[in-house]
Amino acid sequence: MDEMKKMILDYVRREYLEEDDDRDLTENTPLISGGIVDSFSMVSLKRFLEKKYSIQIPDADASPEAFDTVNKIIVLVNRFKKA
Amino acid sequence: MSYSDKARAAFQSELNNIKEAGLFKEERYIHAPQGAEIEVEFPVGSPPKRVINLCANNYLGLSSHPEVVAAAHDGLGHRGYGMSSVRFICGTQDIHRQLETNLTEFLGTEDTLLFPSCMDANAGVFEAILNDQDVMISDRLVHASIVDGMRLCKAMTDTYKHSDMGHLEEKLQEHQDKRIRLIITDGVFSMDGDVVKLDEIVALAKKYDAMVFVDDSHASGFMGKTGRGTPEHCGVHGQIDIITTTLGKALGGASGGCVSGRKELVELCRQKARPYLFSNTVAPVIVSGAIKVLELISKTTERRDKLEWNTNYWRKLLTEIGLDIKAGDSPIVPVMLYNAKLAQDVARDMFAEGIYVVGFFFPVVPKGQARIRTQLSAAHDKGHLDKAAAAFKKVGAKYGILGLNKKQIIEKYGM
Repeated sequence: MDEMKKMILDYVRREYLEEDDDRDLTENTPLISGGIVDSFSMVSLKRFLEKKYSIQIPDADASPEAFDTVNKIIVLVNRFKKA
Repeated sequence: MSYSDKARAAFQSELNNIKEAGLFKEERYIHAPQGAEIEVEFPVGSPPKRVINLCANNYLGLSSHPEVVAAAHDGLGHRGYGMSSVRFICGTQDIHRQLETNLTEFLGTEDTLLFPSCMDANAGVFEAILNDQDVMISDRLVHASIVDGMRLCKAMTDTYKHSDMGHLEEKLQEHQDKRIRLIITDGVFSMDGDVVKLDEIVALAKKYDAMVFVDDSHASGFMGKTGRGTPEHCGVHGQIDIITTTLGKALGGASGGCVSGRKELVELCRQKARPYLFSNTVAPVIVSGAIKVLELISKTTERRDKLEWNTNYWRKLLTEIGLDIKAGDSPIVPVMLYNAKLAQDVARDMFAEGIYVVGFFFPVVPKGQARIRTQLSAAHDKGHLDKAAAAFKKVGAKYGILGLNKKQIIEKYGM
């Protein structure tokens, strides 16, 4: 779990934050509602997760709410990993 | 009548929230044609005050140019006031097609279609040409109208960090499985005034089989040595697949916009773009004025040359005073203040000094990036700029921000 958390946090930092952005990012930081990830940019996060964990997340499940924090994303990924 | 007290209260509450957040916008009434100096009634009810205008998109100073006004009168006389129709029923006159042909030649494309505005062009173009097998890869700072247009389109969306070519390349590699890859960018970014790296984008597009879309609204008419826009400025004139631009800024400043580019894409817009199909034709008076604008700026580069001189002079003046400005070479010169209240206070004091500028803050720009966006015009003369710089020096000294960098301003005023 910790490894997944680190992996996703690293990706979010690299993909969405500018180099001079020193915002503290944790597993509970709101990503979408906090304005870090916009709805257009969410697609790259979804594709990253699908590739990394060999899963398919249906569009209906890839809602802004389900992607809003790293913790929520972990729940989502685990749901499809098991499925 | 079903506007209940409950409904009214709900809407009033929303308006109050906007006010409480400090985001309430108020119009200022101008009692003059658009120009370098205008008469502004502000606050409402005050006697109009003559001020130097540093916030219009009147880059070439053509909004009230006598020859443009005369051409508009001529159009009014010969083609009437309105067409009372959309384009494809009975709203296309000979002059509409003439303007489209002239724009095609000016922009170095294959064909052009007029829209009521560039907002409408951007709202309609993506949905008309792309489908769910495609991907739109946009710069993260593109204009709001592009964001809206992308929302209406079924193609996949993705974004790259602002002007980050490495990131764009990663995205192009990632989306090789798509039918069409469309890179979407502004030519000049309206809030920061920086220019797109269009030569690098075109090179990446060739390498990864992608098309290029540029909204050149803040560039058409003056960027590039003959004013053809950012494609000319970046040495890729004639190589852009889709350009959208406006007649509402440098090109006369009235209204209207267009999609210009590959002929099949333009034809698809003519067949399918909803803002084109379902809104009224651009008025003949505007079309006639715009034809004259293109004629004037194709004859001589005098106006864009003067704008370039003004831009360089203004950037030099503000740097010498010690203001923190965004680097670049467009006539959009943001004075960075970072704090929203500070931006509003400085703008208010500048108005008292006879200089009309506006503070921009969240949500128009990101939080902590508040600024005053100054915009140059070929209508400004050196005296206007000297006077405006003197006012900035006086007001900047009052707030103790001269010579301070970003970190120091934020330490003093917060974000």
